[in-house]
Amino acid sequence: MSTIFDYEFMRNAFYACTIVGIVAGAVGYFIVLRGQTFAGHALAHVGFPGATGAGLIGLSPFFGLTVFTIAAGIGIGLLGERAHRDVAIGIVLTLSLGLGLLFLHFYTAFASQATNVLFGNVLGISLRTVIVLAVLGAAILVALVAIARPLLFASLQPELAEARGVPLNLVSTLFMVLVAVATAEAVQIVGVLLVFALMVAPAATSLRLTRGVLAGIGVSMALAVVTAWISLSLAFLTDWPTSFWITALGAVGYLASGLVQQSPSRRDLVSKA
Amino acid sequence: MSAVAFDRVTLSYGGRRVLSDVSFSIAQGAFVGLLGANGAGKTTMLRAILGLVRPEGGAISVLGRPPSRGNPSIGYMPQARRALADIGISGLDFVLSAAGGHRWGWPAPSAAEKEAAWKALEEVGAADLARRPLTQLSGGERQRILIAQSLIGDPKLLLLDEPLISLDAAHQRTIIDLVHDVGERLGIAVLFCSHEINPLLRAVDRVLYLGNGKAAIGSVDEVISGPVLSKLYGTHINVVRVAGRIFVMADDVELESGAHVHDL
Repeated sequence: MSTIFDYEFMRNAFYACTIVGIVAGAVGYFIVLRGQTFAGHALAHVGFPGATGAGLIGLSPFFGLTVFTIAAGIGIGLLGERAHRDVAIGIVLTLSLGLGLLFLHFYTAFASQATNVLFGNVLGISLRTVIVLAVLGAAILVALVAIARPLLFASLQPELAEARGVPLNLVSTLFMVLVAVATAEAVQIVGVLLVFALMVAPAATSLRLTRGVLAGIGVSMALAVVTAWISLSLAFLTDWPTSFWITALGAVGYLASGLVQQSPSRRDLVSKA
Repeated sequence: MSAVAFDRVTLSYGGRRVLSDVSFSIAQGAFVGLLGANGAGKTTMLRAILGLVRPEGGAISVLGRPPSRGNPSIGYMPQARRALADIGISGLDFVLSAAGGHRWGWPAPSAAEKEAAWKALEEVGAADLARRPLTQLSGGERQRILIAQSLIGDPKLLLLDEPLISLDAAHQRTIIDLVHDVGERLGIAVLFCSHEINPLLRAVDRVLYLGNGKAAIGSVDEVISGPVLSKLYGTHINVVRVAGRIFVMADDVELESGAHVHDL
């Protein structure tokens, strides 16, 4: 009887999911804490024309995607609060998808890959891509460890952090670059449209279940990795897309955490001081 | 040496002049209420003391030195803008984020930082709240945690921006008494920013009232008077004292409560 690990593509998929789960869980925790969940979503969309455009000029789509997400990350970081404008963001996102579509129109041979970029194709990941994911992932984690302390302070109390000498713009721009690279990684698993499922759902669930920051980051990473593992196994058993399972498990986990949440009776909050 | 001294200071915010040619000084250990309508420059003044806004003219001295960003002798509690009520992390971790939070690296607190956080939490009587997530705390309890955070670093000067906002009268009193006690016990000068004078009457040594680009400092009776406030508001002001409370009115409009409603 064959097992799931007899297939090289399954082994690669598990490696990729483990790496990306750790990265997305850690970065995602800070995204949710900072209230920037939309940024991860936006960066992925901006990455789409990067991926299709790179295909058009004969470069690796992953490379094009990463370059575009990083550029967009720096842009959002520098714009700061001004980047939180609904209409402007919506227009940039639709323009991005439109441009991506245009590039596909000129390069029809790439069209078959378009679905992979949009919805992910973890079962098609090569060992070479796994190695790239591992190197980039390690770089993200090292950088995150280096900036986590001021990042946490600036996320919780920006004005106080500024007064204590934290360079807010630098910290938030560096963080957005990390989000950009993490997004490009997550796109390899779940695609441009479903990045939220891996970057935000496990982190948001963790923030509901934990009280300590370090525990919260750990639980977020564990949830992302385990979600991806279970989804891969379910995809193997059912032949349904892995990305579907990741989104479904993410949603179930988030809803369940709302029930389990050691949230108190909110009614007695008014009466106590 | 005074805790804060302004010598003919002019300050602007967003291209608009909020203080011009203002001079005053605050003694060490004093509890001073900082009052004034919205846009009178209260927050800008605090940011200037913190070294985040440069004066266009004049000189500011903070504990005998010019203001410098990151000065550990100043404790600061910004106006609660973000919905801290939505953050599920514990009060302890929240306070700890400020301990050495400006240094690069991983936020694993050292033993000394943990000790400092517990000490600050105990000073405000919030040690028993520390393990609970901010989501589970009442408004008054969260203000205690925020005040504890501002005490990290053993400051000699405490700047509190609207700590009374969205608290009811009983909790306002608790917070004012708490800050007054902590200030006295630790010998910290407090600049307590508020829209309303009445809750502060029981605690303040002096009030610093801003308006129309100018400032008046002195005892409550000296500053909260018709002639002084008429100058600060640039219109005729009546001050009425009833049953231990003070009402500041321009014609028939009560100014202080009016300003309060705007902010909510």
